Amino acid sequence: MTQRAGPAVPTGSARPLSERRPLGDRAFQLIALASGLLVLVILLLIAFSTTQQASSWFTTEGWGIFGKTWNPASNQFGALAFIYGTAITAAIALVIAVPVSVGVALLLTEVVPYRWARPIVYVIDLLAVVPSVVWGLWGILVFAPWIQTIYGSIGSAVQGVPVLGALFGPPVSGASFFTAGIILAFMITPIVTSLSREVIATVPAIEREGAYALGATRLEMIRGAVWPHSKGGIVGAVLLGLGRAMGETIAAALVIGSSATITSHLFAPGYNMPAVIANQFGEASGEFRAALIGLGVLLFAFTIIINIIARGIVERSARRQRGA
Amino acid sequence: MAVAAEYRMPDLRDPAGWRRTKNRIATILMVLAFVLVIIPLGFVLYTVIAKGVSVISWSFLTGPIVPQVVPADVGGIGPAVLGTLEITGIATLMAVPLGVLGAIYLNEYGGKGVLARLIGFMSDVMTGVPSIVMGLFLFSIWVLHFGFSGFAGALALACLMLPIVIRSTYEMLRLVPDPLREASYAVGATKARVTTTVVLPAALGGIVSGALLAIARAAGETAPLLFTILTVTTANPNIFSGANTAIPTQIFSNAASPYVGAQSRAWGAALTLIVIAFILMIAARIVTARFTRYSR
Repeated sequence: MTQRAGPAVPTGSARPLSERRPLGDRAFQLIALASGLLVLVILLLIAFSTTQQASSWFTTEGWGIFGKTWNPASNQFGALAFIYGTAITAAIALVIAVPVSVGVALLLTEVVPYRWARPIVYVIDLLAVVPSVVWGLWGILVFAPWIQTIYGSIGSAVQGVPVLGALFGPPVSGASFFTAGIILAFMITPIVTSLSREVIATVPAIEREGAYALGATRLEMIRGAVWPHSKGGIVGAVLLGLGRAMGETIAAALVIGSSATITSHLFAPGYNMPAVIANQFGEASGEFRAALIGLGVLLFAFTIIINIIARGIVERSARRQRGA
Repeated sequence: MAVAAEYRMPDLRDPAGWRRTKNRIATILMVLAFVLVIIPLGFVLYTVIAKGVSVISWSFLTGPIVPQVVPADVGGIGPAVLGTLEITGIATLMAVPLGVLGAIYLNEYGGKGVLARLIGFMSDVMTGVPSIVMGLFLFSIWVLHFGFSGFAGALALACLMLPIVIRSTYEMLRLVPDPLREASYAVGATKARVTTTVVLPAALGGIVSGALLAIARAAGETAPLLFTILTVTTANPNIFSGANTAIPTQIFSNAASPYVGAQSRAWGAALTLIVIAFILMIAARIVTARFTRYSR
């Protein structure tokens, strides 16, 4: 301690009454810090341990991991069909879920009064409480048989039409890319809705009122005041939904049809990364198991990157709103 | 007064014509979006209740798991109920205290520092890690060394719950007003004492309700359990060793079955799972309504 000249005038920060903090106080801080660091430790451990278990797949196959053929019987483990399936099902889920979610978010923030908004939020939350496996059970036993007849009539109607025939023509199956995409859309709607709602709620009231004062209709106000403010945040919310749709496992495993094929036919059975891990891991060992864990590593890498970008966008847009 | 006569008031009534039509179409589309959300939800809940309610009975909830070929009305999911209660319970005991402590670090100690912001950000990112990756992770670091056990499943669920608990607790701690903390510092309390005896009790309602929602989410998870507990058909009260079973994994193995009996038991188990989740969700609402002191 250096001696200070003159009386000790208390300045901005309060001086603690005793210089040494009690042991218990410091121990508590350390425990809290350790719990916080646990998040980083777990994320690093996930990356390290799964990569280690999958290393033989990465080293023996090299770029072959992106090959087209997946045939465990002949030790061929190319993951392209599953990456393709993941992209297709996630894209279908987003195409369905994003307009619906943004619509509901706008309905909640701009149209209905507060006392109606709460019950609507409860209903959306109920959607999030239904477990993945229950969606899958309903999907395979109820939804897929029902929608198969619709697929059938669409398929025969567009058969032979240039682009539509390639997308929606036969072969059709109740358990397919499209069914999985629809079920995933139900499952990601709650999170996209609630994040979009948070983003839209940060639009300053004064801009809304300004637009209305100029005589704008509600739609014109949304396009002129709400949309420019919240489009960045909504893109972030959509990306988070994409991350969820890519990683959602059990529902997809039950309704996707379990066929490792790359096809443009959306009504045909397919496969995606989480589903193949869930369905085949039980019988896998050796190289087969390394390949399945390797699929998990790829999935982890994709979703982490998407989530980091999405969270960055959401946070930046929230910060800009606070600053404005 | 010629000038005043030429001046025409702007039309301040409702916008007419195409503008009004477009606005109405937009509003109708928004309502339609909500209807599109309600239909599948209602459909799922109706199906699960209609098919599950006749299956559920006390003997179903406690009865033994029978082979899939056995017809409906025989057997139950007793071992799975036991496994779910044990595994989710142990996961809660690990994830909730650690999550609350982590949130305390973020809000009370870390502040705006680089490390606290990094941890907060990565914790949000961690909520997006697919649950199946958590299963593979625990398989790699635990099951390969110590074998399948309920505890491995509990660890996987705890990893999923941890970031959710951190986020909900952090939001609640942020709402506790600073004067409360300052008043306690002013009478000479240490930071640990202020946090445990003033800040935490003030935020308790919100913390408990956030934890209940995290439990509701974890109880329905299937993917992290597939590779950690292995899903057997016999009850295993010892959570620390030997394969175990749980309601969601039992539904998963029955869902793909062609046998009517197995399917009807899956519906009964699905209804059980949904009822558990709803009870937790309603409990969270009650706690929020009655015990939350500060809210947004």
